[in-house]
Amino acid sequence: MSRENVLVSAAWSEENLQTPGVVFAEVDEDTTAYDGGHIPGAVKIDWKNELQDPIRRDFVDREGFEKLLSAKGISNDDTVILYGGNNNWFAAYAYWYFKLYGHNDVKLLDGGRKKWELDGRPLDKEEVTREATSYKAQEQDLTIRAFRDEVVDAIGKKNLVDVRSPDEFSGKLLAPAHLPQEQAQRAGHIPSAVNVPWSKAANEDGTFKSNDELREIYAEAGFDGSRKTIAYCRIGERSSHTWFALRELLGHEDVKNYDGSWTEYGSLVGVPIELGSGKEA
Amino acid sequence: MSDSCGAPVQGGTVEVSTTETVLQGKVVSGGAPVGGAYVRLLDSTGEFTAEVVSSPEGDFRFFAAPGSWTVRALHRTGNGQADVSAEGPGVHAVEIAVA
Repeated sequence: MSRENVLVSAAWSEENLQTPGVVFAEVDEDTTAYDGGHIPGAVKIDWKNELQDPIRRDFVDREGFEKLLSAKGISNDDTVILYGGNNNWFAAYAYWYFKLYGHNDVKLLDGGRKKWELDGRPLDKEEVTREATSYKAQEQDLTIRAFRDEVVDAIGKKNLVDVRSPDEFSGKLLAPAHLPQEQAQRAGHIPSAVNVPWSKAANEDGTFKSNDELREIYAEAGFDGSRKTIAYCRIGERSSHTWFALRELLGHEDVKNYDGSWTEYGSLVGVPIELGSGKEA
Repeated sequence: MSDSCGAPVQGGTVEVSTTETVLQGKVVSGGAPVGGAYVRLLDSTGEFTAEVVSSPEGDFRFFAAPGSWTVRALHRTGNGQADVSAEGPGVHAVEIAVA
């Protein structure tokens, strides 16, 4: 897998804002950042209201995704460049989601909104309208999406990569430290999981580390390249970031993202949970 | 409970339970608040823990745990950082100057 096929730089993006067939899309859970200024010409995708089913915990279905992308003016043969805040978590989630529904050419803007802003590149508030298309999605590619039963079956057999912070992994915190800690589920991690916080894969400015650095980080944590892999976090967006690093940048073939993640696993009755750093095991 | 992991809007006031350890403050430059700065919470070993974007008034807030922390701000006009020691639950104030 070549980095250029999945990742573009902020400099390349600024030069290609007007390029036909290239569509920029900002993805976030909180879209007020977009409304306050976005990359010129970029459409907005609301992670919560447009990519999640409004009632049950799941994604919009194939038909819903077709409707969404058609309304956004995205065609099947467009190159879609995704970016967002929170170090591209939701953009990485959307990248995985676009792949899930079979979009051919999708890339991440390396560093996302943070890198763009720190570089002082242009943002505007123009309303973006694109002509509607007739987008056709594929059935979900379940080779990249893990569900709870296969996660339980994977204990001790596959690489389980827990990408939350060390304190969430050990059971000290139930959510990242920028959020209140009142949660329903039990604390801890899936037995046999290794803890490689998503942030290890990123530089301070939000760009991904080099492939050499990434290989070293995962090897040091005990990641076994000969095994199949499932990545998880709390709700599946930080683990999309790591899924991207492992599969799209490093080229590991069988890597799934468990979008149910800890908010599902930590609420299941009867499943094993491990506490502590896990390193004594 | 938050059903997502994105950073909430910063600033304002929050009700802090007796068990929570909150680190909060402002990003400033020459005494003026700096909004839109990327504020990173680093643990005592310098490891990244969380990140938020400061509000237009420069405010940021983390829900952490007792211990020693570093808060580091990145902005297109400059970077800066400050150490904060949270000995127990409650609200701990800290200011970061960027230059």
